[in-house]
Amino acid sequence: MDELIFFINRVLISGTVLGSIYALGAIGITLVFGILRFAHFAHGDMMTMGAFIGFCIASILAGMGIATPIPIAFVVLPLAMVVTAAIALGIDKGFYAPLRRRGVPSVTLLIASIGVTLMMQGLIRLFFGSGTRSLYINETKEIFRIDMSAFGGSRPISITEPQVLMIAVTVVLVLALHFFLTRSRLGKAMRAMSDNAALAQVSGINTALVVRVTWIIAGSLACVAGTMLALDVALMPDLAFNIVLPIFAAAIVGGLGHVYGAIVGGFLIAFAETLAVFNWTSILRPLTTWLPFDLPANLALVPTEYKLTVAFVILVITLLARPTGIFKGISS
Amino acid sequence: MSDTAIRRGLDLNDPKMRSIVLFAAMFVIVLIVGYVQGAANTTLLLTQAIAYALIALGLNIQWGYGGLFNFAVMGFMMLGGAATVTISAPINPLFWDSEGPLLLGKALAMFLVGALVVLAARQSHRIGIKGGWKTALIVLAWFVSYVAYRSQIDPAAAYIESTAGYIGGLGLNPMLGWLIGGVLAAIMAFIVGKISLGLRSDYLAIATIGISEILRAFVKNMDWWTRGTQTVSPMPWPVPLPQQYQADGVSIADSFVFARLGFLALALVILVVVFLFIQRAYGGPWGRMMRAIRDNHIAAGSMGKDIKGRQLELFVMGSVLIGIGGAMLTSFNQIFDPSSYQPINHTFMVWVMVIVGGAGNNLGVLLGTFLIYIAWVISDPLAQAIFKNLSAWSQSVGWGVIPEIDSRALQMRVFVLGVIITIALRYAPKGLLPEVVQKQK
Amino acid sequence: MALIELKHVVGGYGGAPILNGVNIAIEQSDIGVIVGPNGAGKSTTLKAIFGLLKVTGGTIEFGGEDVANSLPDKLVPKGLSFVPQEKNVFTSMTVEENLEMGAFTRTDDFRDTMRWVYDMFPVLAEKRRQPAGELSGGQRQMVAMGRALMSKPKLLMLDEPSAGLSPRYVIEIFETIVRVNKEGVGILMVEQNARQALAFASKGFVLASGQNRFTGTGPELIADPEVAKSFLGG
Repeated sequence: MDELIFFINRVLISGTVLGSIYALGAIGITLVFGILRFAHFAHGDMMTMGAFIGFCIASILAGMGIATPIPIAFVVLPLAMVVTAAIALGIDKGFYAPLRRRGVPSVTLLIASIGVTLMMQGLIRLFFGSGTRSLYINETKEIFRIDMSAFGGSRPISITEPQVLMIAVTVVLVLALHFFLTRSRLGKAMRAMSDNAALAQVSGINTALVVRVTWIIAGSLACVAGTMLALDVALMPDLAFNIVLPIFAAAIVGGLGHVYGAIVGGFLIAFAETLAVFNWTSILRPLTTWLPFDLPANLALVPTEYKLTVAFVILVITLLARPTGIFKGISS
Repeated sequence: MSDTAIRRGLDLNDPKMRSIVLFAAMFVIVLIVGYVQGAANTTLLLTQAIAYALIALGLNIQWGYGGLFNFAVMGFMMLGGAATVTISAPINPLFWDSEGPLLLGKALAMFLVGALVVLAARQSHRIGIKGGWKTALIVLAWFVSYVAYRSQIDPAAAYIESTAGYIGGLGLNPMLGWLIGGVLAAIMAFIVGKISLGLRSDYLAIATIGISEILRAFVKNMDWWTRGTQTVSPMPWPVPLPQQYQADGVSIADSFVFARLGFLALALVILVVVFLFIQRAYGGPWGRMMRAIRDNHIAAGSMGKDIKGRQLELFVMGSVLIGIGGAMLTSFNQIFDPSSYQPINHTFMVWVMVIVGGAGNNLGVLLGTFLIYIAWVISDPLAQAIFKNLSAWSQSVGWGVIPEIDSRALQMRVFVLGVIITIALRYAPKGLLPEVVQKQK
Repeated sequence: MALIELKHVVGGYGGAPILNGVNIAIEQSDIGVIVGPNGAGKSTTLKAIFGLLKVTGGTIEFGGEDVANSLPDKLVPKGLSFVPQEKNVFTSMTVEENLEMGAFTRTDDFRDTMRWVYDMFPVLAEKRRQPAGELSGGQRQMVAMGRALMSKPKLLMLDEPSAGLSPRYVIEIFETIVRVNKEGVGILMVEQNARQALAFASKGFVLASGQNRFTGTGPELIADPEVAKSFLGG
């Protein structure tokens, strides 16, 4: 029983939490790709920036003596989302829109987004230094322990407050996005433009408006993902730059331009990573007496240092076997 | 067209004139930097810039000649550096006297056996295994080989790390290390290119960024090979070190200048040889074919050109230069520190050099390399000075000092790099010295 | 006054102009057909009207208003609709969603219009929940026309509506076009099947090298021996 609890804690919960982050990030990347047809490399740093914006707002409120039952950074999330979305719009207007107007190839926009990444990284470190902070400002991180003694387990299933919040928020946002894309006029227009931009324009769809909506959604989702990640782990300047690759892998594996694909891809990559570095010895131990060999102390498929390679191997296999991703992505 | 008219007075549109003027300007900048920073710092800066020039020329072959995306510059530089460590670092007797070589030999043997098993599985259709069974067999072969290799390498690595630290080097000439660095980069480029060159450009970009990170993860964590985060230092030079000059009675200050001048001369010779070679290649039929492929895949393909093969050629050639440059840099800096490799100051900076200089134009890339490297190096002290002044000012008006000035100033240059990329893309997308397109009549 | 009137329109994609003075005038009751050899500027004329390329000379008046170089999101609400030749449906979206996209610029209730479109193309009503990408070529053409009609246009422009269709479908599409016209929508179309299309055209325009060569009613043009010889394949 304890082994199962260990598995739930280490794989099921961690994987779901990581998958939520990847999914939220990958949705943003996939939407931007669908509408603007370029790989927005600065998305990771947009997440980090969103978390820092949340941190600033939360710090100001905490400094004013306001206390909330759930983390204040979470409470101010809507405000931080608005600010991040505004910055995302500004970045598009300042850096990508002029290039688009000139009709540059998509790789040029990718390089421009790397330039934006560098600027954001520089600015974040310039203002906040390179140290690690906690998004729990004068608050303590609650841990929920579900007692499993009734089922014969001596250890509880434990999940932290930010993890619960994160899973809940992801579910809510994914549902909201789903209804937006399938029910609303603008949401359908977004899908139309992602499907066939020229025809969308001919139909009289205000493509500039769609582009703006895309950045607003991508920016606010990035802010949520960054803030939730920072709540779960810690707030640091390279918070999301380190996971931008798995996020891209998730978006590509799911099929670029395909929102549901990005979600599936996010969870797929997250669970693959979690399972690959999982130490199987810990749950095989009860079987020791029946096994013909001694269990090594660490029986993980991949050493933890190489966790990053897992996402990438999946990416390469996908690109070789099915270049458009699990769901058929956009191939232009 | 309007700026054509404005510049006509200087005739900067004539490519030759433009090159001369811009190189003269760069020379003046180097002189100013030299005057301000002194001879020792300037020789240091120039030697490093030359190593970066080799790397940037390598990337120019890939991106400028071939339109191929390579965001794995950092990874190939690291490979070059690691190769130099193994070739030129002093021999580690602790390793050679231990069981280490034997264990490592076994691991290598297992690796080769595993590779053979996988290759055999891929050929299994010849004995009638087809479809899903073949795929399953290949996956199984990969898994078995992987487990078998891990079962050998893990204990070997643990043993070497605990008894000898790392395998040490072979104590050979560093220049041989540079060559091997190039070879290693070539092998890796061949594998990477085989897998990913068929991808769409944005996928290729993401894929190469991933490859770069994986190479970094390996080099950083294979402590038995590269000593990982403990770093290998000091690395030998192919030319006399400052210490040798000092032994001959040269003053300490001068010894650095002399020694670095020696290295600089060597690096310069290599750069000139490489430059002349690739410049000739670019102008010749080979270069013309490459540009034809870059500018029009489909037409070139329909004329019967083996596009993928040619692109692989470019990718490998460029990576060789990147490997050599990375190796040279490691030797010159006398330290191999895997954790100092960052995508920002390796991959992305080299890209900025190529874009700002002018992709496709080797002279432009040289110019871009020197300008960007100088900007990169001097922006740190410059930003520090600005921050110190700001801090003094904020203190005087009662806002207190700015904390962590050093690390913040260091980040300024990352920001500046980003600004340079975006400005260059917007206002000078073809670079300072654009590629000269020969018009065909 | 004509619904749409092009006078001496000159335009192109930035380089040498493709249109060198095109004159077209259409009433709302008209079916106008533009024919001519490849590269004559037929499709380009439609694109010029729809703001998809730069008009550098001449005037385009729609309902008495100068609309040269206006973008589609301004033109569609004015009553102008366009069905491109290729990739003219949103393949990943259902038939009904395709129609809704045609009504994007409308803020009023468009359910009546949708019923009207379904009446005109009953097969679309059957397949309303199917992704448009799964339909046959002829059905896609109907989706594309339906989409364009959703904005309740005064003028419907079609770029080679019969391209790639089997002869049976060509007749069906032409019949539909005539029916749409009877419902009070002006038509301006480009056609390769020149003889067939001119047969029901109330206005025919023969373009060559971006200029009008012949103008008249469809039957007149068919009867003109010179037009027949040079442009209708004898």
